[in-house]
Formats: sequence, C-alpha cells, structure tokens
Amino acid sequence: MTSSDLILYALAIPFVTAILIPLAHRVPNLREAITLVGAGGLFVTVMMILGRVLAGERPSLGPVEVMPRLEIGFNVEPLGMIFACVASTLWVINSIYSIGYMRGNNEPRQTSFYVCFGVSLGATMGIAFSANLFTLFLFYELLTLVTYPLVTHKGNENAMKAGRVYLMLLIGTSMLLLLPAIVWTGFLAGTLDFTPGGILAGNASPALIGVLAFLFVYGIGKAAVMPVHFWLPAAMVAPTPVSALLHAVAVVKAGVFTVTKVVVYIFGIDVLASAGTVDWMLWVSGGTILLASLVALRQDNLKRRLAFSTVSQLSYVVMAAAILAPISLVGAAVHIAAHAVSKITLFFAAGSVYTAAHVTEISQMKGIGRRMPWTMVAFAIGALSMIGVPPTAGFLGKWFILQGAYETEKWIAVGVVILSTGLNAAYFLPIVFSAFFEKERPEHVGEHGDHGEAPLPIVIALTLTAIGTVALFLFPDTLVFLAQSMVDGGAMVEGVPDPDMLADPGGVGSDTAVGTEAAPAEEEAQ
Amino acid sequence: MISTQLLDQLPALQVCLPLAGAALCALIDRRYIAWVLTTLISFAMPVIAVMMLIQVMTVGPISYAFGGWEPPFGIEYRVDVVNGFLLVLISVMGAIIMPYALRSVAAEIARNKQAWFYCMYLLCLAGLLGMAITADAFNAFVFMEISSLSMYVLIALGRDKRALVAAYQYLILGTIGATLYVIGVGLLFAMTGTLNFGDMAERIVAVEQSRPVLAALAFITVGMCLKLALFPLHVWLPNAYTGAPSVATAFIASTATKVAVYLLLRFYFSIFGAAFVFEDLPVTPILLVMSVAAMFAASIVAIFQGNVKRMLAYSSVAQMGYITLGIALATPIGLTGGIVHLFNHALMKGALFMALGCVALRIGGCRLDAMAGIGRRMPITMAAFVIAGLSLIGVPGTVGFVSKWYLALGAIEAGWWWLAFLIVGSSLLAVVYIGRVVEVAWFRAPTGTAAEATDPPLSMLIPTWILAAACIAFGLDAGFTAGVAAEAADALFAGLRQ
Repeated sequence: MTSSDLILYALAIPFVTAILIPLAHRVPNLREAITLVGAGGLFVTVMMILGRVLAGERPSLGPVEVMPRLEIGFNVEPLGMIFACVASTLWVINSIYSIGYMRGNNEPRQTSFYVCFGVSLGATMGIAFSANLFTLFLFYELLTLVTYPLVTHKGNENAMKAGRVYLMLLIGTSMLLLLPAIVWTGFLAGTLDFTPGGILAGNASPALIGVLAFLFVYGIGKAAVMPVHFWLPAAMVAPTPVSALLHAVAVVKAGVFTVTKVVVYIFGIDVLASAGTVDWMLWVSGGTILLASLVALRQDNLKRRLAFSTVSQLSYVVMAAAILAPISLVGAAVHIAAHAVSKITLFFAAGSVYTAAHVTEISQMKGIGRRMPWTMVAFAIGALSMIGVPPTAGFLGKWFILQGAYETEKWIAVGVVILSTGLNAAYFLPIVFSAFFEKERPEHVGEHGDHGEAPLPIVIALTLTAIGTVALFLFPDTLVFLAQSMVDGGAMVEGVPDPDMLADPGGVGSDTAVGTEAAPAEEEAQ
Repeated sequence: MISTQLLDQLPALQVCLPLAGAALCALIDRRYIAWVLTTLISFAMPVIAVMMLIQVMTVGPISYAFGGWEPPFGIEYRVDVVNGFLLVLISVMGAIIMPYALRSVAAEIARNKQAWFYCMYLLCLAGLLGMAITADAFNAFVFMEISSLSMYVLIALGRDKRALVAAYQYLILGTIGATLYVIGVGLLFAMTGTLNFGDMAERIVAVEQSRPVLAALAFITVGMCLKLALFPLHVWLPNAYTGAPSVATAFIASTATKVAVYLLLRFYFSIFGAAFVFEDLPVTPILLVMSVAAMFAASIVAIFQGNVKRMLAYSSVAQMGYITLGIALATPIGLTGGIVHLFNHALMKGALFMALGCVALRIGGCRLDAMAGIGRRMPITMAAFVIAGLSLIGVPGTVGFVSKWYLALGAIEAGWWWLAFLIVGSSLLAVVYIGRVVEVAWFRAPTGTAAEATDPPLSMLIPTWILAAACIAFGLDAGFTAGVAAEAADALFAGLRQ
C-alpha cells in the first residue's frame, strides 16, 4: 500500500461509513457495528500513516486543480498527524460511549446522528491532512455544516436558537474574515500551499501582516478567541457525545490547529516576529484565557462550565502560537492532544452523570462520587489535567508554553499561565471535592432516585480516556517528537528519531537554536 | 458531404428548430404531442450548441451569413467563446427542465392551455438563443421581443390571478427596456450607418466622442439593466417570478436575465470598447454602486418574504448584482467572475426553483408557513434545495464559491479591499434567508397538506438533482466553467476590431 492510498483511505473511511449507516437503519446493532468498524478502520489507517511519518516520510496525495491557484491536495506533516491521531483514536472510544449514551437516554433520530458523526470525522481528517489553505477551508466549512444537525439534534426551540448562533458565528466569521484573508494571501503570495517558513515573507508589509493575522485569528471562529466564542457554549445543547468528541476535540481543535498551521506554515514565525504587529494576539488570547475562566467559575450547569473551560484552554494554543518561540509551538501541538484527551474525559463524565442520575447542575452533584466512583475518579483525573498537575497530560503543554514565554521574555504569558492555573483549580476542584466528601442532599435523591454507575459502554469509555490522560504524561515521546519536528522543519525529515531527543523531551539536541536556549529556560522554570 | 453541409447550418438550426417547433405545437394543440415535440427539440439544442462551442474552441469564431447575404449587409450570426458559452448554458437549461415540465405543467396549467405553454416555451427558447447568437443589433431587438412576448404569456399562464398583474407589469417595463435599447441602436445606426456588431465596432471609433454615441450608450445601458433587473430597475422581477408557473420560473430565472447581461457585455466590450466605457466614462462607479446596493438591499428584502418563491426572486436580484459587479470591475479576473457567475447562478437558481416546483406539486404553494416540516416528508427534494442554497451562500466546494473567489480576487487586485468584504458580507445574508427555510422545513411539525407530502415522481426529482449535483461538481472542478469564462473575458477585452 502506498502512502497516498493510506491518505485516501483515511479520508474515505468516515464518508463510506456515513453512507453505509442509513442502510442499516432498521437494525440498530448492525448500525452501531458499522460505526465501530469504521472508527476502528480509521484508527488502524491513521496509525499506519503515523508509522510512516515517524520514519521520516511526508505522505501526500494530489493535488487536483479546482481552478487556477486553487487545488485540493493532502500532505501529512507532524502537526496534522498529531491532530489526526487524536481525533481518530478518540472517535473509537467516543463511538463506544455514544452507544451507551444514545440508548441509555432513548435519543431520537439516532441514524442521522451517526451519519453526521461519520461525516464530521471525514471532514476532520480532511482538515488535518490538508496541504493548502483552500483544502483546509473546504473541510473547515463542511465540518461546520455537518455539525449543525448534531447541535440541533433535540429539535426544540432551544436547540434551534443555539443552532442559529452556532451557524451564524462560525459561517459568519469564516466567510467575512477568513475567506478574504485566504483570497488576500493567495493574491500576495501566488500560492496557498502550507510551506515550512511561510509563504508571505517579502510579500507583505508589517502592517498588512498584522491585518492578515487579525483576519485569520478572528476568521477562524472555531478557535473561539473572545469575543467570537459564543457558539461554543451554545453548542452544549447537543447530546453529550457531540459535546465530547466534536466540541472538545474535533471542531475546536480544528480551530486552534488551523491557527497554529497558519502561524507556522503561512506566515512563518520569523516573519511574524520581525513584523512586530502581532503583539495583540498575546493580549487577546491571554485575556480570553482569564475571562473565560472567570465566566466558568460562575456556571452551575456542568456542561456550560466545561464549555467555558474549553474556551479558556483553546486560547492556550493561540497564546502559545503568539509567543512565537519554537518551543512554545511544541507546547501548542502538545496541548492540542493533551487537552483533547482530558476534556473528552470530563465530558464523558458529565454525560455519565446525566445518563445515570439525570443531573445537569453542579449543585446537584453533591456526594455523587460515592454512587459513581469510576465516573468521578475519571472526572478528577481530567480536572487535574486541566489544572496542569503532574502526572497528567495537561502539565506537558503548559511546561513547553512556559519555556517559550521565558525564552522570549513574554512575561504576560507567564502571568496568564500562573493566574489561570489558579482559576482552573478554583472551578474544578470544588466539584471533585463535593462529589466525594459532601453528603448527598435528600431532595436530590428524591429527584433522580437510587442509581449506580452509568451503562457499561460509558464507563469503559471514560476509564480509557482517563488512563490516556495519565499515559500521555508518562509516555510523551512520540507526541513530543512529532511536535518537535514540526518546528525544525527539515531537520527531522530524514532518518529515525534521535534517541537522546526522545529521552529529553525538553530539548531538541544541542545543534539547534531551540535546544541551546531551552536548557537554561528549563532550569529557570524549575 | 451532407454532414458537413448540415454542420455549416448549425447556427441557423439553433434558432429555426425551436421556432418551427413552436408553430407546430400551436397547430397540433395536443398536450402530449406538444410535450414530446418540445422535448425532442430542446434536447437537440444543447447538441448543436456544444458542437458549435467545440468548433469555436478548436478552429475559431463561426460566422454565418443568414440567407446568403454577406455581412455587413445581411444578418450575421456569429458564435465566439462568449456567446458560445451562453448558448450552451441556455440550451442545457432548456433541455434539463423538459422532463420535469410534464408533471409540473400538468398540475399547474389548465388542460386546454398546456399545448400553448409548450409553444410559448419554444418561442421563448428561440428568442433567447437568437439574442445570443446574432451579430446584428436590430435582429437582437427582434429576438428580444420574441422572447419577451412569449415570456409574458408564460407568466400569465400561472394559476394565481396575481400572475396576470405581474405579466402586465413586466409587459410594460419590459417594453420600456426594449424601447430604450432600440432607441440606442437607432442612434448608433444614425452615426455609423450599420447594424452589424463587427462593422459598428470599426466605424464607431471615428465618432466615439459625439453626443449621440454617448446617448446611445446611456439608452442601451438603462434598457439592458431593466431587462437584467439591476437594482433599482428590478421591480418587475419578483412579481413575475412569483406568479409564473414553476417550470417557467425555473427556465426564465436561469436564462432570460443572463442573455440581457450578454448583450450589455457585447455592447460595452465589443462595440464601444472597454477603454471608452470604463476609462473615459464613469460607468464603473455607477455600476458598482448599483451592484452593491442590489447585493445588500435585495438580500435584506429576501429575508422578510413569506413566500419562498418570492424570496428566491429577490435573491436573484441580489445575485445579478454580483454579475454586474464583475462587469464594473472591468479587469480580466473580475469579468471572469461575472461571467462564471452567469453560469453558476443559472445552475443554483434552476435547482432551487425546481425544488420549489416539487414542493408546489405536493402542497400546492410555496408559502413558508405551509412548508413546515416538509424536510422530513420530502427529504430528497429538500436536500437538493439545501445543496443549491449552500451554493448561493458560497460555501467552498460549490459553484457559488468559485464566483465569489474570482470577484473577491478581482476586488483585491484592483486595490478595493473593502469591496472584497462587501462581497463576502452580502453572502452572509443568504445564510439567513436559506437558514429560515431550513428551520421551518425541519424544526416545525408538518400541518395540513404538508403532513401527507412525499417526494415527487422521478421525472421531476432527477432533473432537480442533476442541477443540484452540478452545483457541487462544477464547484469541485471549475476547470471547464472558469476556463471558458476566462477565455470569454479575454476575448471581450480583445474586442471585435481587428
């Protein structure tokens, strides 16, 4: 099998799955089996691609010309590989979870639910592997459109209103800001290909770079930088599996992935750093991190609190990109993966509580840890990861971001990370504490009756992702290696990974600029 | 030998076949026979048009002297890339609608008038094709009248009484438009002594700055803008589209206004010359303001319509704004955007109006309230509606994006970055009005006739889906459409003068 074939399969499998699902409309077990086989097939395919990327290959497919200057093409580079791995792995787990959740809650229209899910994953793969801005934009919009029926799944007035906000904000920002940015970039550079070092060097004045960066950052509404974050809390009306995989992983990560990709491969960090017109990115992302955390503090609805936490965490990635240090970009890539696996755990737990106890508010969750120990332990692990406590994955991303901030002396970023860590603790730990150590209120017992854990598929799924959250901290080598090779471009393309580098995730090896400057930064951080 | 002789006669056949067919339909006056005849002829039209376009692309422009009278004295039919492309568009649309027409016409038009409907349909087709193919300014006027008169009848055949008023309104405004055009042509004839486009283009250079020529330009501009429904000369269009039978709306919406755009292009670029029109005269700012006003005003009005057909009619006015915007940019890329949007808009509006026709067949109207819950009852029809609606919005992967790309690129290239934002901004209004239909069609419980509605027969579904699929196919592979449009734009800039 050639690498091009593998990319083709990775793109085709989710779409084919989506086509097959309606055929099994009347046989739910077969229908869910198709989803699981599709998810499994995609996982295996992506892992095979991962093998080749780790061996130094950069598989590509296409390009096919749509019209002059616009091509559909795919090229797997390390950042896209990370994103694809995260999404495809979590799709498998999420599919198991969905079965438990959708059946446990007797949700209507399950067939169209699974169809849209399949297409969403196909679009996510398209985004992850896209070789140019046009291809990315194509799948980016597809992802928005196909998640709209999932957000409005409940079909009531509330869902319809949320759907409006969702669609108008995401389509609105992408059409009004992102599309002109792409056209402008195409006009200036004559190409839209993602190229190491960027394509805008020498083609745009510093002021124009600042304008383009603004259009990109706010045009990519999926990155949820305030004030274009409203769609994300609105999307929480969707069934929890949607919130978990799409609005904690696929959709939002597509946003920050795109921002990172644009910073690295369209502008190039050197061009941005020398332009000096993008300092505001640091301020808006830092502001988003803190403000969203403050808002999260005040939410009693669990899913809404998680949503604002996501808004806040997404801006970590944007801020990491805005620091414009190679090491912080490693942090951005690592944080994409780390936040994904932790946040999906939290959502799984929220859905588990809803399915078993029909509880949606945090104030109703007192003492629930004793009835649902698996769920709440997993929740605790996810929460620790959000705060960034070792041994959880959340620590890794923050670590690299802080290194980059020290290195480039962006003290605002350092301050934001410290403050937000405190805020994260303030809005997550009380939930954990009251779930385990406070007494259940009798009136709540009356509301939801006597219950134990959620259905088995749910428990399996959230246990797996909780384990993943810890495992990612303990075995970060592959992830960090990929993130590392994103920033040093050509250096890692040939040959196998350097064993020294793998042993020391902080440095890249003594011969690169990152390595030499990162070492003192590490000591400083300690 | 016979085959080459026949090939030489293609330009004449393109117009004469439907004309003769129309006469036959009127004489026979049997609805099935009329439908079969109309279908056969309308299927022959794209074959002829494509053969001519291939010849144009490989050999060069075709010149046909009608009745053997050599141009510039006789009437010349001339096919180049610009109108070759348009002929393909009109004839393909005309053919795709025919299988669809059988059921829709049977449901919407009185039995004894159906043969007349097909007669008028063929006349209209002949008129539009004639306008596109002729290289004679007065002959174009004749064909304009043929198409317009038959169009008035097509509209008046709608079962709604208001269709009569709409047809009458269109009759008056359409006639004013045509009169303005013919006054302009008269002035040009007085100054140049010729009606042949090529000949006129050569002779006009000497009298370019004279007052009658300037007046002629103004008359022709206003006349054609009335015909193509450029805001604020669009008032006839929403009523006409709403009142007309579904088939007529789908056909007229995707062809008639496009031919008027073509004539305007012909006069601007081939006869007056781009330098004269756009550099010496302030045509660009005038067209630009009108186009942008159309894009926004008509889209905003569309949002508040209770009748979906009327909503799409206003959307057409807005979309014509994109096309004239492409002309106003007066650069190869901008003009390519305008021309490619001619084609793209025909595809998506055709699909949208045909999907609506399917709904009308089942629930007897196009009021938004009556369409509650229709998305679950007629999923295949409404899926086509959504796809074409997404094209209207300009989602990447659809034809609407291709147009928008060229127009935005043209605007940025001209240094008008604010215009690029206006272009994409107006498309957001389409999200609102298409979104409204989607919400009603899927989120409300069906009532009345909508509760029992089902997808229409295949004869209507397949043509609708051909157009909807084309919206995506030409959006993902715009090589043909954008390529031909770019060549057409280059040909227009090159001009007719040798």
